[in-house]
Amino acid sequence: MELQGFIDYGVFFITFTGIYAIFALGLNVQWGFTGLFNIGVAAFWAVGSYTTAIVTSAPNEVYLGGFGLPVALGWVAAMVTSGILAFLVGILTLRLREDYLAIASIGIAEIVRLVFKNEEWLTNGVRGIAGVPRPLEGWLGSGDGLFRVYLVLVVGLVVLLYFLLERARRSPWGRVLRAVREDEAAASACGKSIVSFRLQAFVAGSMIMGLGGAVYANFVGFVSPEAFDPMYATFLVWVMLIAGGSGNNGGAILGCFIIWVIWSGTELLINLYMPPELIARGSALRLLLVGVLLEVILLTRPAGLLPEPRTGDR
Amino acid sequence: MEILQLALFGLVLGGIISLGAIGVSLLFGILRFAHFAHGDLMTVGAYAALALVAVGWPLWAAFPVAVLAGILVALAVDALIYRRLRRTAPVILLISSVGVALILRSLIQIIWGADTQVYDQALQFPLRFWGLRLKLNQLYILLGSVGLVMLVHVFLQYTKLGKAMRAMADNPDLAKLSGINTERVILYTWCLGAGLAVAAGIFLGVDTRLQPTMGWHLLLPVFAATILGGIGKPYGAIVGGMVVGLASELSTVVLPPAYKTAVAFAIMVVMLIVKPSGLFGGGKR
Repeated sequence: MELQGFIDYGVFFITFTGIYAIFALGLNVQWGFTGLFNIGVAAFWAVGSYTTAIVTSAPNEVYLGGFGLPVALGWVAAMVTSGILAFLVGILTLRLREDYLAIASIGIAEIVRLVFKNEEWLTNGVRGIAGVPRPLEGWLGSGDGLFRVYLVLVVGLVVLLYFLLERARRSPWGRVLRAVREDEAAASACGKSIVSFRLQAFVAGSMIMGLGGAVYANFVGFVSPEAFDPMYATFLVWVMLIAGGSGNNGGAILGCFIIWVIWSGTELLINLYMPPELIARGSALRLLLVGVLLEVILLTRPAGLLPEPRTGDR
Repeated sequence: MEILQLALFGLVLGGIISLGAIGVSLLFGILRFAHFAHGDLMTVGAYAALALVAVGWPLWAAFPVAVLAGILVALAVDALIYRRLRRTAPVILLISSVGVALILRSLIQIIWGADTQVYDQALQFPLRFWGLRLKLNQLYILLGSVGLVMLVHVFLQYTKLGKAMRAMADNPDLAKLSGINTERVILYTWCLGAGLAVAAGIFLGVDTRLQPTMGWHLLLPVFAATILGGIGKPYGAIVGGMVVGLASELSTVVLPPAYKTAVAFAIMVVMLIVKPSGLFGGGKR
């Protein structure tokens, strides 16, 4: 029994690490490769989650769809919608100074949250969408096996993304992105269109985040506007990437693991040892801890645990 | 009449936004990064005043002490974090300021809890004049904002330090070349920005309620005002704040009130497309 509980916890733990790893890899394309500062991660998370929820859940009368389509289609749709959103945002802001993208991205996150909260015909408002199906639920029933299969799926996805992005990083395309990041003028002088490459990186990264949001929704089975406190989600992903090493795909995954251990470990400790009336403050304490950790990393080890591989390395 | 009423509320909100935007604009111009912890600096000020009000101080007496507390917090954060990162890319400063924002917010939540609080439980009946309503508190906020903005104006126009601040915000390199002591100007810019942020936070607390996220939610309108006025242009920030405040309130005539924040954002996006240098920018940048 004890062992069973332990295994179940492990399955959840690694699945969540994997979901965050998808986000960190997406952010790595934007920030790590190209130097695009996006703090609207939560927007793409929410768009991905809601897209798959609408595409895959059973038909209903209250909100849009419930098209009951296979989960794989939901994930593809999530990538498409978040890609479209990223394209629209990018085309407006990527011509400008990097700060403007940062400011615009919190605006996007806020508006996405407002829309999902207020447009009941689309999303069922604050009540959220329940009964988002898990893949293969028909075959496997809803027991432990389902979650273990999901775990394998998520880990497989992270490995696949890792290899694709490593390849992208070493490719001429990845080199141009780094050039855009390091020296716009030089890249531009070599005949590369700065805006076009930034847009490609921004859309690609956001599509990966949309996929992450979809994987999350089909795992948890429920989405609501309250599920993504925009700052928690965005901030955690950022700290994971910076702690692990921005520009390094392996580092992004390592960072997710370490920060998720700290984040969920402290949650466990607080729930076990803090008096119930103080638990609300406990979550603020965890946020404080992660915030301080970020500052310490920025001050003492700005390149992260696994720094970006030097250019020219294989 | 309803339009005039909304415009009046818009001015109250606009005053609060302007006070925040002056600091963000100057800091953006001088240190070249968007200070994401500015909203939470407002929250710190509002709660510092609450701490004194809770032990029986009147709010007007708590005000200057809270301003001082906010300035000390800003200077401490600058000394501990921002100053050490100043040599790196500005965007690293930006990330660290997001971290600072969350640190400040969670500290407030640990000390005061997440529940909403108020300075004064008593209900105020609105004053009525020419068919318009305005609470006495809102009148104080309006007068307070105008008074502070005028003080800032005198400071920026007639003191050496104020001129140096404007010069640096406009063109840091040129300012350095002309012998301005940049570290000193940065220090005083933090004092000015933090002081005004605290004032904005207290006014916001008086107008509505205190919450750990109150300042964070005002950050987007403040940034919109900053961009509208042109980065590094304190006078632009004041006008920008008023425009954003008025537009947010007036938008409720045609849009559901839930989308007030979106209006500030829409203004910002239009501005970024049409004229990224701001209303008063000279077309450079």
